[in-house]
Amino acid sequence: MNKSYQFYGGVHPAQQKLARKSAIAVAPLFPFYTVPLSMHIGAPAKPIVKIGDKVLRGQMIAEAGGFVSAPVHSPTSGTIKDIKPCLGVTGVKTPCFIIESDGEDKEYERMKPFSDWQEADPKKILSRIAEAGVVGMGGAAFPTAVKLSPPPGKKIDTLILNGIECEPCLTDDHRLMLEKAKEILIGIQISARILGVKTIILGIEKNKPDAVEVMTEQAKDLPITVFPLNVRYPQGAEKQLIFALTKRKVPTGGLPMDVGCVVQNVASAFAVYNAVYKGIPLYERVTTITGTPLVSPGNWHLRIGTSFADAIRLAGGVKEDPAKIISGGPMMGFSVYSLEIPITKNSSGILLMSPSEITQFQSKSCIHCGRCNDVCPMQLMPGILSTQIENECFDLSENWNVLNCLDCGCCSYICPAGRPLVQHMRRAKAEIMAKRKEAKKDTPKGKASK
Amino acid sequence: MFTPILILTAIGLFIAFAVAIIVRYFGMPEDPLKQQITDLMPGANCGGCGFAGCGAYATAMAEGKAKPGKCPSMNSENAAKIAELLGVTVEKSEPMVAIVCCSGDDNTASRNAFYNGVNNCRDAMQIDAGTKSCSYGCLGLGSCANACPFHAIEMTPQHLAVVHPELCTGCGKCVDTCPKNIIKLVPRSAKIHVFCSSPLRGAEKRKVCKSGCIGCQKCKKAAEEGQIEMNGSLAVINYENPPAAEIASQCPTHVLRSNETTPKKSKEETNE
Repeated sequence: MNKSYQFYGGVHPAQQKLARKSAIAVAPLFPFYTVPLSMHIGAPAKPIVKIGDKVLRGQMIAEAGGFVSAPVHSPTSGTIKDIKPCLGVTGVKTPCFIIESDGEDKEYERMKPFSDWQEADPKKILSRIAEAGVVGMGGAAFPTAVKLSPPPGKKIDTLILNGIECEPCLTDDHRLMLEKAKEILIGIQISARILGVKTIILGIEKNKPDAVEVMTEQAKDLPITVFPLNVRYPQGAEKQLIFALTKRKVPTGGLPMDVGCVVQNVASAFAVYNAVYKGIPLYERVTTITGTPLVSPGNWHLRIGTSFADAIRLAGGVKEDPAKIISGGPMMGFSVYSLEIPITKNSSGILLMSPSEITQFQSKSCIHCGRCNDVCPMQLMPGILSTQIENECFDLSENWNVLNCLDCGCCSYICPAGRPLVQHMRRAKAEIMAKRKEAKKDTPKGKASK
Repeated sequence: MFTPILILTAIGLFIAFAVAIIVRYFGMPEDPLKQQITDLMPGANCGGCGFAGCGAYATAMAEGKAKPGKCPSMNSENAAKIAELLGVTVEKSEPMVAIVCCSGDDNTASRNAFYNGVNNCRDAMQIDAGTKSCSYGCLGLGSCANACPFHAIEMTPQHLAVVHPELCTGCGKCVDTCPKNIIKLVPRSAKIHVFCSSPLRGAEKRKVCKSGCIGCQKCKKAAEEGQIEMNGSLAVINYENPPAAEIASQCPTHVLRSNETTPKKSKEETNE
């Protein structure tokens, strides 16, 4: 356990971590919050309050809509003004609560903290995590409680804490590890106790030497190994991180639990700590607001539902007009066109790009140089896949395992012909999933589908 | 010098005889009926009949596995001839034509963002569900024009798809391709159509598009009972009982109009 492994492929984008030195600040109260009902993978939450109801900070306003789902809590005290479809990051309108703040920020009766988590019943702790609406905060927003309750047949032996933060520009996990190291480590130990796991590994990239130092210091007397890893994008992706730390390969279409691993982001571990140790549900997260057009890029504790406009105002506004606003990091983020979009449980950053930083690519013909094959961390062949997809041969690309694509964007990053490779793959995945859904609908219940 | 010519001629003659003998004594007799039917097919291989192409449909008809009249691209004359060859009567199906139910081009409809991605509507749908402010609007990237086997769809310079009815055969390929589901197949006999798909309120629509149906119901009042119905703020024509062409003059936004367009220039003309 003293060796790290290098996963296949990957790229080295420019880091540009402008906000790495600015400590996490607490954001002031804003007059309005837009809280989406669906901030996680799975069924949308069901509202349990009506329009006009008074709510308090931390009060549950929507309950989980199924097993794979998470409840939603009010970010502040105030009135529910409306429940209407609002624009989300992906450009699709989803139902949202509009909460008008009353400025008092009164707290709802806090859940009973488990200060004795070492002795408490793991099942009770697990239901607390579900109740607090904790989801994976690295980006996918998979409900943490579901992740921490693997099916009985699967044996988990390793819990990996993900402090990689391989996306350029983002610094929220980095700052969180510097400032809340103790809390994160308690959070991960709580998760380890639920899973019954002895081995905990923390992976950090070597471009954060201060975080490595702090975490090593804090984890000295704990059963946690801190592992500095060489910088390489996308090391923070689950499958790549598992390989880098344990040399285990997650099978095609499989989950990390198939190789006995569970990966948790540091921000999620911090949320677990808050939910279990302090009884605070998830209504706040650390978000990086960065980009060269901003006056003062930095990291903030932002309430869920803060609009992008308010968040950018926090960072001092802009010096020059940005050409692109991205929710998330530059490699995997979504470019947005409206500043009314709210911060959700998985918004790790807002990135503004100046006109000089963006290039308008003209897609040219593939020159068959094969560089996309060299960098694809899933060992796909993006060049060939994109040609298939351009000609709408989705069945063929399914056979070429396009569904394994991570959306990491390494292929588009490296392509000298400026081909929109990852965009093609995204379309193929969407078309194949839509087709499968339709086939499922057509098959009558009780009959086995092929 | 003559030797190679003689050798080549000898080889040619030998192969010609060999082929003739093989075809005469070992060849599979081709069904003449199938050949006759194939000659009458439009040959576009659009797949509108449900078979892999014109050849497959012709074979199925010759073998008696399929009935004539399924081909959307065939004119009634050829359909009647095929029915005569097969000795069956064909039910006369109403010829259809595709229309793009949107009038919002770059001059009249607004866009939320500048799109710099793959030049294909279905790709554009992956990001922000397309950049058009109206969620029922034509994205104008030309997926339907590329899908059309008859080159009947033209993309205007203002990024709006327009169907040329004289070239359209009603095969329905564009209908399946459009990610916004705004292309419809309508009977050719209907004279006027509503070129808008948004059932939103008139005021909301007006904010994002100046050429949408505002739901004023003038056409409904001018038409006979049951010819035009309202779906929210959108006039919908009842194609079983289509209204007269004169009603189009009532429409203040000119969204109710004939689908006749200026004939599309053929490829040769455009190249010149």
